[in-house]
Amino acid sequence: MTHVWSTILSPGGKWSGFIKRGKCIRFTALEEGANVSILFYNARDLTERYVMSDTLKSQFTSHLTKGHVLLSDNGRVLASFLEDSVGWHDPIAGCTTREKTDAKYGVTTYQIQRNEYFRSGRENLITELARNGLGARDLVPVVNLFSKITTDENGQLTFQKSHCPKGATVTLRTEMDLLVVLSNTPNPLDPKTEFPAVPVQMEVSSSPQVEENDICVNNRPENRRAFENTWAYYDLY
Amino acid sequence: MPVLTKVESPRDTKDAIYSETILAGKGFMQKLLPGQVIRIEDIEGNQSVDALFYDADNPDDHYSTVLTIAEQENMYLKTGSTLLAESGKELVTIVADTVGCHDAWFSFCSAQSNTVRYGHDKIDMHNCRDTFLLLMEENQAGYTKRDLPPSVNFFCIVPFTQDGAIEFVDGISAPGSYVELKAKCNTMVLLSNCSQLNNPCNDYNPTPIKVYIWES
Repeated sequence: MTHVWSTILSPGGKWSGFIKRGKCIRFTALEEGANVSILFYNARDLTERYVMSDTLKSQFTSHLTKGHVLLSDNGRVLASFLEDSVGWHDPIAGCTTREKTDAKYGVTTYQIQRNEYFRSGRENLITELARNGLGARDLVPVVNLFSKITTDENGQLTFQKSHCPKGATVTLRTEMDLLVVLSNTPNPLDPKTEFPAVPVQMEVSSSPQVEENDICVNNRPENRRAFENTWAYYDLY
Repeated sequence: MPVLTKVESPRDTKDAIYSETILAGKGFMQKLLPGQVIRIEDIEGNQSVDALFYDADNPDDHYSTVLTIAEQENMYLKTGSTLLAESGKELVTIVADTVGCHDAWFSFCSAQSNTVRYGHDKIDMHNCRDTFLLLMEENQAGYTKRDLPPSVNFFCIVPFTQDGAIEFVDGISAPGSYVELKAKCNTMVLLSNCSQLNNPCNDYNPTPIKVYIWES
């Protein structure tokens, strides 16, 4: 893979940008216990966005890993999971609010802590959404890369500790021209009471052509139909 | 299968200030004042009702599936569950429920998701997102497609398995079952009486529901 672009998402950091279709985005946890909350929007029509519920029910899954796709509200594939070293990414726990961040990790402010104050996922994402002409209205359930939440028979949610080792990687392939918005902030269900300080590397490179035997296209008939919807969209683009 | 927690309502339908029957494939959009209680009744049983809630004073702040289930650390909605907006604001609390358990995440169908899930030939089938979009346009309150995050599905559940799959279970809502929600703030309620014919969420036979509202 030829790396054309790379950045480090610092602990508490945020990022947004436009990424063309046909790219690979590889995230690497530079320490153990990373969590990156991420959202996807169609760059050409920002009202089209990632939908957690359609993504899960179409693939009969409550977690995301290699072979899965992220669906938009218009039944298209925004991005797909091409490679994954941890086997489970969390689509159901959302991101932290300011109130929850203060309650869990202690109140911090820029005034006192300067740039070491603890950032919240919600504030990070809203800020980046607003920077791109969107806003709180466009905040929807995120994908939490590197986190694993399991459920028992009564629906009780449990955060699985030690799920993400140092050096864990996940690679997403963009299937549409995207606005990607993300926040390197803790999973709300992570029981650690110390604000996690895990830098994450993000690398973007060109993706090889999607082949006929592609794992994400062929994972389920639902995936193929979503890809067909996406290809049809670009036939008219 | 989760434990069902059934709680009867003390309210009498004769005292309701509002009642309306909503046919399958139709919806409901109305503001509740703080303390008002809305009942959704599944008249014939095994019907699915997609529901969204908004801070009516700030409609940008919509129901959040993930904040709601993360806060209670449980994926099911039961009596006592409070549905939260993305900001963390409390929108409605379930105060009675004769089903015992409801889905918080499965959300509404759309023509486009139907093509993915069931086939490209399903594009013309009526669906909940079309119900929502038409209702929001007719309501003229400025709500648009951007205001449609994943919704609640009353009267059904879609459990997650421990190994990360989902499973579909038979209907758990008997005829006449209902759920009641009390508004915690000025709350906009958006409902779609689901028209899905491709899966058993409505027992392949969408039927009418009834909505009642009581003063606080």
